[in-house]
Amino acid sequence: MSRKNLAIKNESGPQPLRVEKAVGQSPEQLDKIIHDRTRLGIVSALAANEKLSFTELRNLLNTTDGNISVHARKLEDAGYLVCEKSFKGRTPLTEYSITTDGRAALGKYLDHMEALIAAMRGTER
Amino acid sequence: MGKLQAIKNHETNEPVRLSDRASDNLRFIRETMERSTHFTAVPGYGGMLMGVTAVAAAYIASQQIYMRDWLIVWLTEAALAFGIGMLAMWQKSKIAKVSLVSAPAKKFAFGFAPPLIAGIAITLGLWRYEHYEMMAPVWMLLYGASVVTGGAFSVRVVPVMGWCFIALGAVAFAFPPRYGTYLMGASFGVMHIVFGLIIARRYGG
Repeated sequence: MSRKNLAIKNESGPQPLRVEKAVGQSPEQLDKIIHDRTRLGIVSALAANEKLSFTELRNLLNTTDGNISVHARKLEDAGYLVCEKSFKGRTPLTEYSITTDGRAALGKYLDHMEALIAAMRGTER
Repeated sequence: MGKLQAIKNHETNEPVRLSDRASDNLRFIRETMERSTHFTAVPGYGGMLMGVTAVAAAYIASQQIYMRDWLIVWLTEAALAFGIGMLAMWQKSKIAKVSLVSAPAKKFAFGFAPPLIAGIAITLGLWRYEHYEMMAPVWMLLYGASVVTGGAFSVRVVPVMGWCFIALGAVAFAFPPRYGTYLMGASFGVMHIVFGLIIARRYGG
């Protein structure tokens, strides 16, 4: 309902950016969960690997323990990745892997970015 | 006039910024995926140093009269090169801040090791039956195989170098055995230096 109102408002108000019109999505529809740099990094890395450990992700993205755990939790809550806790000897081992939803979300995000670029190329001509 | 300018900005600059950000995001995704799967700590300068020691070893080996001494020279060189390689990888990974126990590093090690171990076994076998003349081609072939299989998870130029080793190893069978030492110098020496230079120039060290 609110979205419909927004559309009407847009038509009467200032014209939306040409790029946005071409893409057919307003920035609000961008997947906020995946748009964050750390989270985008986590999802990208997991899309390319069967599973990665907490430490591997932290080293790969060159960030802190706290940062990874906060963002991984957010992705887990969104159902984009699953977390598997086990023990390797005596040290706890946390491993993450991407879910079908997560892969789909990354695919959608990639499409969105490509559409933005394609639309931009269109307006240049 | 000022207002017109503002509208123009809105129309042109904003989309540029958006698409720039979009391509920046795409680049970030691609790089993250690559870094998470590719082993980038293959040492360029280390490879060059290995090449230099191999050229020296080829020279010393060519001076030997007994094949047993010839073998000892090359075994010493192999141990030396292994040490240089490990040290250089450790150094490069430290500079690039990538882990040597990461998933891609493990893949590299597991890809690299089998042909190398097979090569050691075959060398022992050839030594036992005193087929010294077979050693140089076998070393080139199996080291090449190691570099190709390990390099499958590294930058493109690494497996290319491996294939060059395999090609030279295969060619070595066509030459008389005494050329083995020169071909070893050309492959483990010159090729390491050339490819080491390419890796060092293009892939940071």
